Amino acid sequence: MKIIRHSFDGVIVGAGGAGLRAAIEAAPHMKLAVITKLYPTRSHTGAAQGGMSAALANVEEDNWNWHAFDTVKGSDYLADQPAVDILCKEAIESVVELEHWGLPFSRLENGKIAQRRFGGHTIKEGEAPAFRACYAADRTGHMILQTLYQKCVSMGVTFFDEFQVLDIKIDDGVCKGVVAYEIATGDIHIFEARAVTFATGGFGKIYKVSSNAHSLTGDGPGMLYQKGIPLEDMEFYQFHPTGIYRLGILLSEAARGEGGILRNKDGERFMERYAPSIKDLAPRDMVSRAIATEISEGNGAGPNNDFVYLDLTHLGAETIKQKLPDITDFVRTYVKIEPIDEPIPVQPTAHYAMGGIPTDVDARVLSDAQGSILPGVYAAGESACVSVHGANRLGTNSLLDIVVFGKRAGQSMVDYVSSTKPFTLSDNAAEDLKNKVTSFIEKDHDPNFSVPKIREELQDSMEENAKIFRTDETLTHQTKILSDLRDRYSKVTISDKGKVFNTELLEAIELEYLLDMSDTTVASAQARKESRGAHSRVDHVERDDKNWLKHSFAFKNGDSVKLQYKDVELGNYEPKERIY
Amino acid sequence: MDIKLNILRYNPETDRKGHWEEYLLNADPDERILDLLHKVKWFDDGSLAFRRSCAHGVCGSDAMLVNGENMLACQVLVKEVSNPIKIEPIRGLPVIKDLVVNMDSFFDSYKKVMPYLVNEEEPGERERLQSPEDRDRFEDTTKCILCAACTTSCPVFWTADTYVGPAAIVNAHRFVFDSRDNASKQRLEILKDVNGAFRCRTAFNCTTACPRGIQVTKAIEDVKRETLTIN
Repeated sequence: MKIIRHSFDGVIVGAGGAGLRAAIEAAPHMKLAVITKLYPTRSHTGAAQGGMSAALANVEEDNWNWHAFDTVKGSDYLADQPAVDILCKEAIESVVELEHWGLPFSRLENGKIAQRRFGGHTIKEGEAPAFRACYAADRTGHMILQTLYQKCVSMGVTFFDEFQVLDIKIDDGVCKGVVAYEIATGDIHIFEARAVTFATGGFGKIYKVSSNAHSLTGDGPGMLYQKGIPLEDMEFYQFHPTGIYRLGILLSEAARGEGGILRNKDGERFMERYAPSIKDLAPRDMVSRAIATEISEGNGAGPNNDFVYLDLTHLGAETIKQKLPDITDFVRTYVKIEPIDEPIPVQPTAHYAMGGIPTDVDARVLSDAQGSILPGVYAAGESACVSVHGANRLGTNSLLDIVVFGKRAGQSMVDYVSSTKPFTLSDNAAEDLKNKVTSFIEKDHDPNFSVPKIREELQDSMEENAKIFRTDETLTHQTKILSDLRDRYSKVTISDKGKVFNTELLEAIELEYLLDMSDTTVASAQARKESRGAHSRVDHVERDDKNWLKHSFAFKNGDSVKLQYKDVELGNYEPKERIY
Repeated sequence: MDIKLNILRYNPETDRKGHWEEYLLNADPDERILDLLHKVKWFDDGSLAFRRSCAHGVCGSDAMLVNGENMLACQVLVKEVSNPIKIEPIRGLPVIKDLVVNMDSFFDSYKKVMPYLVNEEEPGERERLQSPEDRDRFEDTTKCILCAACTTSCPVFWTADTYVGPAAIVNAHRFVFDSRDNASKQRLEILKDVNGAFRCRTAFNCTTACPRGIQVTKAIEDVKRETLTIN
């Protein structure tokens, strides 16, 4: 394999919303490369549907403080409130900026950006659902991704498409660059860069039923974790209430924002019992738990009583066509029913990691629970944990997060690059990756130790033991399973020994990241003996602010996980009981 | 049900040209074509190469020829196609390996049409206004996911790869008909070129192939008509 060298000031890993937004900020000020294992427009930002919240007040009175209150309450008080203030305040200029760059938002009659209701977003701190989510039909993420990519094209940003970054070089605690594998050739590329931003997205592929793309394997967090950087709040994983039954394909909360209703097998609007005031528009953790509870109590529909219905039949064909065209097309394509006439079978689907690479509000990566900064390394978007989502993210706040903190990552790269000098990264920077690739190529293939088998068992067992409801028992059991899978992974082999588009090799490397993500999720979940947001412990049902108003930091400790904790930064809102 | 899957395989490291391989699989009629490819890759031959990501028709990675027609492998179910199922890479772009083609020229054509909003006027502190009617004029072409299903189904593109192709024209359309954009004239000049919109012979293959249901041929006709309005 060839080793090819590149020299840049800054590199961004990942070309979804966060990576592209960072690129737009940084590119005019440095020699910058964006490296992505896909083509930029294939990134999973494009699958986001319902909207991006900002208190524009285009439909009704609103202000960013109410947005901040909802975000903090939605987070079950685990979000860091100064970070939430930034998110909600900068939301307004971020939406306007995207519009100025061409984003085709849906419009109100008066020509302003249209806004719709979404789960957990209210006016006047809980009085009524708020019209806060700015949207473009039900393909808002697609429009954001396209607009940011278009902006990058107009600026002439340098991209390395279908290059997979698989190693970061940190010497004496300082970032020196990354090493990437060129998918089309099998060549290894050394990218010298003193500022590196990780914007690699989530890791929903640790679960069997997921709304996530196949590519979402936790590469950024995994790479850093293996270098001793901690991962924050990994026990908080969001299950979106309405995935298409069995497939997990996302059906946006916008469906309920526009008036859709969840019903059990008897046709009962069961959310009235769980969240009397905002019902179907309760935050996702509560709705997913309600669905899981309905199912476990025998109120699920179908021959196995294992799903509920999302009912849009009362909305009318015109509303569905105008406001929910894509998701209703998914239903027609994959379920072969007409959602205008029939309710849709849904179940919770693994959707979003609240946890990830710990950062401060300037996207600077933290190397410990005391808040030490890792110089030159930044993270933004789903791969990062600021934390603005705490224990449960509100719908629409992820699209906001990627632009607000993507921009901040870009600004931090500029600050850092302008205050430091270039250096040379030696040729042996490629050694670790070269050895990893060579060992897979040289090891004889044994079908008993294949990637798909181990991955399938990982996904099945995580689904079984570490999903919505958890107990010490299920987590202990899962820890044992993960340890066994880790042993088998050490012997994993591949059959493709070629250089060109060897995606079997890449799946093998990604599987290690999936194991890292699972280990840290389970260890953090087992240690946290309370229920908060998306983390529901059947054996510790209450929230415990006295002992657990803190973030988990999971470090790699040989083959096990070591935990530290960092206090939550409070602000205007004292923790209160979370009732909707 | 039993499925016979025929895939046009090509590995540049071992093959001089493509050849068909047959795979016998058991599949549920509700599974996606992409699921079949994964069965082959994960449990039979790990070297099979294809692109995929979202698996539900929004990322545009897995356009391929299924029984002779361009479609996204993740968007079509087993029960919707006739068995045996024949799978080939999309046409008109160089094959890298198996079902993976080199997309460089496709994206180069896209970049040629200035696929971004141009408006030098100071926009102010709030959003520009746009009426729902003005917004609707380009709604259809905002849906493009750059999967290349349209361009690589076009008989003109197969014989003249200098033709910018339907996808690039769709992306030009998205800005030409956006009331906020000021660069229509420049874009239309580009599309008046010999390799621009007038190469289209209205075969409608692109419209049939589009997995997002964009009226591609109509968009090309709109652009052609619009070029007549510039001097």
